[in-house]
Amino acid sequence: MDSPQEQAQEQAQARGPGARRSSWGSLWRLRSYLRPYARSLVVSWVAALFGIAAGTVIPLVGKEIIDGPVAHGDRGGLVPLGLLALGLGVAEAVLTFVRRWSQAGPVLGLETAIRDDLYRHLQRLPMSFHDRWQSGQLLSRATSDLSTIRRFLGFGVLFLIMNILQLTAVTVVLLRMYWPLGLLVAGSAVPVVVLSLRFERRYIVISRQVQDQQGDLATLVEESAVGIRTVKAFGRREHVFANFASAAREIRRTSLAKVRLASRFFTFLEVVPNVTLALVLLLGAIAVGAGALTLGTLVAFTTLVLQLVWPVASLGYILAMGQEAMTSADRVVEVLDTVPEISGGPAVIERPRGHVRFEGVEFRFPGAARPVLRDVWLEVRPGETVALVGATGSGKTTLTALVPRLLDVTAGRVTIDGCDVRDLSLASLRSVVATAFEEPTLFSMSVRENVTLGHGHASEEEIRQALEIAQATFAYDLPWGLDTRIGEQGMSLSGGQRQRLALARAVLGRPRVLVLDDTLSALDVETEALVEEALRRVLAEATGIVVAHRASTVLLADRVALLRDGTVTHVGRHGDLLSGVPEYRELLAQDADLDPEGSMR
Amino acid sequence: MTREAENTWRGVAAEDRDEISERVSVLLRTRSRRLLADLLRPHRRAIAVLTAVIVASNAAGLALPYLVKEGIDDGIPPMLRGQGAGTLLAIVGALLAGALTQAFTRQAFLQMSGRIGQDILLELRRRVFDHFQRLSLPFHEKYTSGRVISRLTSDVDAIAELLDSGFDGLVTAVLTLCGTAVMLLVLDVRLGLVALLPLPVLLLFTRWFRRQSSVTYRRTREAVALVIVHFVESMTGIRAVQAFRREQRNQEIFERLNADYRAANTRGMRLVAVFMPGVKLIGNVTVAAVLLYGGLLALHGTVTVGVLAAFLLYLRQFYEPMQEISQFYNALQSAGAALEKLSGVLEERPSVAEPRRPAPLPRAAGALRFEGVRFAYGDGPPVLPLLDLEIPAGQTVAVVGTTGAGKTTLAKLVARFHDPVAGRVLLDGVDLRDLDEDTLRRHVVMVTQENYLFSGTIADNVRFGRPGAPDAEIERAAEAIGAHTFVSALPGRFETQVGKRGGRMSAGQRQLVAFARAFLADPAVLILDEATSSLDVPSERLVQRALRTILADRTALIIAHRLSTVEIADRVLVMEHGRIVEDGPPGRLIAGAGRFARLHHAWLNSLTPP
Repeated sequence: MDSPQEQAQEQAQARGPGARRSSWGSLWRLRSYLRPYARSLVVSWVAALFGIAAGTVIPLVGKEIIDGPVAHGDRGGLVPLGLLALGLGVAEAVLTFVRRWSQAGPVLGLETAIRDDLYRHLQRLPMSFHDRWQSGQLLSRATSDLSTIRRFLGFGVLFLIMNILQLTAVTVVLLRMYWPLGLLVAGSAVPVVVLSLRFERRYIVISRQVQDQQGDLATLVEESAVGIRTVKAFGRREHVFANFASAAREIRRTSLAKVRLASRFFTFLEVVPNVTLALVLLLGAIAVGAGALTLGTLVAFTTLVLQLVWPVASLGYILAMGQEAMTSADRVVEVLDTVPEISGGPAVIERPRGHVRFEGVEFRFPGAARPVLRDVWLEVRPGETVALVGATGSGKTTLTALVPRLLDVTAGRVTIDGCDVRDLSLASLRSVVATAFEEPTLFSMSVRENVTLGHGHASEEEIRQALEIAQATFAYDLPWGLDTRIGEQGMSLSGGQRQRLALARAVLGRPRVLVLDDTLSALDVETEALVEEALRRVLAEATGIVVAHRASTVLLADRVALLRDGTVTHVGRHGDLLSGVPEYRELLAQDADLDPEGSMR
Repeated sequence: MTREAENTWRGVAAEDRDEISERVSVLLRTRSRRLLADLLRPHRRAIAVLTAVIVASNAAGLALPYLVKEGIDDGIPPMLRGQGAGTLLAIVGALLAGALTQAFTRQAFLQMSGRIGQDILLELRRRVFDHFQRLSLPFHEKYTSGRVISRLTSDVDAIAELLDSGFDGLVTAVLTLCGTAVMLLVLDVRLGLVALLPLPVLLLFTRWFRRQSSVTYRRTREAVALVIVHFVESMTGIRAVQAFRREQRNQEIFERLNADYRAANTRGMRLVAVFMPGVKLIGNVTVAAVLLYGGLLALHGTVTVGVLAAFLLYLRQFYEPMQEISQFYNALQSAGAALEKLSGVLEERPSVAEPRRPAPLPRAAGALRFEGVRFAYGDGPPVLPLLDLEIPAGQTVAVVGTTGAGKTTLAKLVARFHDPVAGRVLLDGVDLRDLDEDTLRRHVVMVTQENYLFSGTIADNVRFGRPGAPDAEIERAAEAIGAHTFVSALPGRFETQVGKRGGRMSAGQRQLVAFARAFLADPAVLILDEATSSLDVPSERLVQRALRTILADRTALIIAHRLSTVEIADRVLVMEHGRIVEDGPPGRLIAGAGRFARLHHAWLNSLTPP
């Protein structure tokens, strides 16, 4: 374990670092996901461009009608222009339809593909990563962050570009109409840009903060839901609620700060064009008085400036959206960029014999001062079974996790048939080694799927054998037999039943190396005896590593390795250790033998 | 509607249904609306003020173009005639004042509505979370934690979205719409009527859209919930996933769920892709009609050119907000679907209900009694057919028997995780159903083999047994059950972070922490359900020794497969098929020839190597 500072650091890391990289970078990197949709994208952008053009021309047709047919009493000219307006109107609607319809593909395709990749990557990241990251944090990246990105890329970017185009076009027209006033309007953009940039910096910090807090809140929800039994057993509803409520209040506080910041910015964006309008009117009037400008031009001028209000005002909204999307992209890319410390090598063991060796193995958690395991030397020969015995926390489980590379050694090496496990492909390695964990993890799916987790193509007969070995034939008596869906975490089954299913899962497919991590702890004595009997047959053919707390489990093994403070101190036969090593005797001998108060004999 | 049909929508029952009848959907909507009204009620006044502010803001906004026109028509001509710039300056001043008024009122509006929105969210989060915590275990077992998480994250987010942007957009849109409609009619009745003629078509179209999108958004939310459930489950069980090379199959499942979600989303986006341009079409056709008709009228000289120009300007404003309204509809739909689910959750009643008038029990001696208790899970076979049992205060009782004999059920009834189907369970003569939760949990604590640790320090986790306990007591509790040794060896000692779900600690260490937690809680009745199964022998021995003192002055119910626990029991109950088949002090049962004697013999054999 590590020092408090390191832990704080690590926690901060788990929550993700602050706004550190140049944000456009992350978002920009995700563009490759849009590549398959280039055609749809082009269609939607072209439709958008023409749609906006059609929308802009319609008022001009109106002006044409007023200045032309109406002013000159030309009834014949009215109808064609009217029909033109109608045609343009229909065209705008159709183009809008095309834009929206063709946008769904790219935008949702992008979101879905990133989510798939994120999930794939998370499945590849090792246990050390998952120990650090709360699944609530991961979930908020896979859902809300991706939706934010989708919204911005779907609508934000388009409107951002359209707005800028519109702004530029109108400004150019204004400059050509009467350049001093045009300059005034163009100059009004300066404070908008300056403030936008400043706003952007502050907004990115605060929106990241909100997102992180939401992730933390999700974590609290998750813990309270998964740990509901513990909460109930201790009647700590109010305590848990108080934690949740204070986190929710934090979110409220930060969100309000965000609202305040955004509201000041948005109003500023609306004030600037309106004040500009007043100035244009005043200065324009003076110009008209001086004869530098006609009244008609002033009218056109003000109408155009009015047209600028919405694009400028919406700019703030879009920028905020973009800001959030960038923050989200950072958070997503942060996970995608985490390099899996454990990745498979090229080697494959064709005919595994199951010869496992630990050679000077050391393991320490990242940043930890003291190693959990140090200088472990142990050999488990093909077909042999070795029991690991040691006090709570002596490193037994960690040692077993090194074989299927759920964790990687920090020094030394683990070999199977002489091949470093780090050189093997993960699929090959993990098909050679099967583990039954002390805490059985069952998923919300059928018993069959749970048992055949690693062997999708197992036959009925193989499943039956595995269930029989694990004494888990009760599964056939469930309401829908093996197709019974067992609840999340297998909650509707008892602890013993879950352990037996997890054991069946491990023995299915007859792995060469079988790791049993105190797998029988929740079984009653009779069942345990039956399971052990069956396991003896399985272990006769396989190499076994068995974490044992009880003498009965130790008897499954040919030899015993005694672990103490993270290293193997003795290896030998059960009987020899029992008579020769007091510490071993202390660990395994039954209570009654040692306890002078033992009243049962 | 039959009673049964009625129940298809109560509580969370509607969540799993794809197709729901019109009638049920109306009921669901009514329920959601009630919840929304309930959430809004405390903010009635603030909302009234808010409305006034936004009206002022919009009025100022609508006045700006009018003031520009005034300036051009009435301000500049006098100035040109040399009558001074007084009128113009006044109008420019009014323009500036209008702009600033609009800005300030708008800012005030945004901040106020933000505050109200956040208050509502806070209240909703608190309410739903608290309710989930109150619901009984059978509910949680069926509902699964993934769905709990999805209710409290994505569903609440959907409502946040509505409050954040939707509300603002709607109010502005409606006000602009009404203001413009009035302006149009005032300017010219005939043209105004032509402009407003398509309104019924628009309303019908909107109604169609609303119906369609209600279905679509329901699907979307369902689909995303499935994605979330699968995601959380596989991340939580990642160790098994990796150890058994489940990644590929998981990826396939996830991609399928993700594709379903995408399909649902596509449907939603395409629906909007039809609706929005539809509105635009209606608007544009109207503009063309006004141009033609207005042009004709202008030719006849019955309307002025100025009015026609103003009409075109205002018409632009008229149909734009419809887009905002449909935007709002999006937010409203997803929020509506979320509200449906949240209101469903809030409607669920705990199957283990709080008493209406709780019986006081400030101090408990710990006497337990089962009177004619029957129990079955749901419609399943009886687990306890008929049980009568009396446990005097202070007695330590070991319950043994094979898996499925009903031992854990017995324990769960004492802890009131379930209520008996018939009969009653009494603590000191008080029916458990008459005790409020706080009282019951103060007196009865259950430690199971699921030693759930919350993220935080070891001290935090022990303190969970009694929040507010000083550090010294936490250390004492750890010492009493023998956890002190391993904790002291950690560099951070009691301040060591346990990692996600205690992942950095061994199963045995977690169990010791859970024990310390229970010891700190200091209940009158302690239930240990396989609580020592993960301990190594020396630790178990320590715990056993500690138990002798700990259990001296309290009632204990110990369920253990390993009979070593039985040593400290005053009494042993052997259970089989939900019945007690043997009952007596351990010494006497061992000496006999019954089931326990056989069990004990087998156990001794398992300990002593042949």
